[in-house]
Amino acid sequence: MKIQQLSLFLENKPRALRVPTRILAEAGISILTMSLADTEQFGILRLIVPDAQRAKGILEKAGAVVNVTEVVAVEVPDRAGGLDGVLAVIEKESLNVEYVYSFTARKGDRAVLVFRFDDPDKALRLLAAHGVAVVTELDGFLTPGT
Amino acid sequence: MVMKDFGVTAICCTPSYFIHLIDRGEELGIDFRELPLRAGIFGAEPWTEGMRQYIEKQAGIKAYDIYGLSEIIGPGVASETETQDGLVIFEDHFYPEIVDPDTGKPVPDGQEGELVLTTLSKWAMPVIRYRTHDITAFITTPSGCGRTLRRVHRVTHRSDDMFIIRGVNVFPSQIEVALLSVEGTLPHYQIVLTREKGLDQIEVRVEVTPEIFKDTISALEGLQARISHSIERTLGLRAKVRLVEPNTIQRSEGKARRVLDQRNL
Repeated sequence: MKIQQLSLFLENKPRALRVPTRILAEAGISILTMSLADTEQFGILRLIVPDAQRAKGILEKAGAVVNVTEVVAVEVPDRAGGLDGVLAVIEKESLNVEYVYSFTARKGDRAVLVFRFDDPDKALRLLAAHGVAVVTELDGFLTPGT
Repeated sequence: MVMKDFGVTAICCTPSYFIHLIDRGEELGIDFRELPLRAGIFGAEPWTEGMRQYIEKQAGIKAYDIYGLSEIIGPGVASETETQDGLVIFEDHFYPEIVDPDTGKPVPDGQEGELVLTTLSKWAMPVIRYRTHDITAFITTPSGCGRTLRRVHRVTHRSDDMFIIRGVNVFPSQIEVALLSVEGTLPHYQIVLTREKGLDQIEVRVEVTPEIFKDTISALEGLQARISHSIERTLGLRAKVRLVEPNTIQRSEGKARRVLDQRNL
């Protein structure tokens, strides 16, 4: 299953990151994981939240520019060579990866990595063919009570 | 080097280019004060008294302002004299008037208005009451140099939204054309003019909209580069492009202020 990721445009300046985090905090939305890409002038904040469409609406209402991108959360055995095995499949199938970052929480004995493929549907199909597990729902990453 | 070899005594160019030459000379170990250069005639862009003082001190020369416009003859319509107290209009060839830009009616001497020129001696392409859009005023006191032709103050601004950067005339609408050709939509933008080390710099700030926002750094940097190339193709000038967050460009009465001139002209 593809997961919806929110991408936000931020200028590279003090306090820029605080703007979306405060909006999400006030709306009671928990961030499951995130990554921040930066350049000299601007950055892109990528967020995984439980309800992407709702969070997008709230952020846009507050004036942010938000994109929804489909990403794939891949389960990776948390041991030496775990990621290498997954990347070997990706390389064998010539899948293009735009960027990768990881979930802070583990799923059982596995780490979870967020992959942005140029063709997520093809990636899902081929990963499944090689028996690579992907995360199908985000509820497991929510700490009880949030 | 050419200036040194030929023993150049006078130069005519834009003031910002001459400041660039001074800086370049410094890098090469050439002190302009030791060259035979005595005078510089500078024009084709607005410049300030501060720039004059800088040039005169750094290069050990006298710096004079010259006014003209390519629609007439280029530089040479008016120029400062050795007393540097206003630009003397070459009245044998050009008939000057200063009018209220809104009504077109002449304003009293000494009052600011738009300079209107009529050529008296041009043949193939004369102009009659040509509105320059340059704002200035007649100087009513006699010139220290003894000339009796009419003089005007240095031109620092215009009645329209055109601006001059590195000697090139630019209308904001040209930037709009360049922006439109990139994404097909016109985002909010602002043109910021600054002067760094005497050279005019142009920065175009573009608000990121959902239509142009892409999720990867490479796509956004590609967008920046495409806008920059498009502007360079349209104007022949290199502009810095900065992507900014939506609604960060100030708007007044719903309209953005398109040009922010921070050059202190």
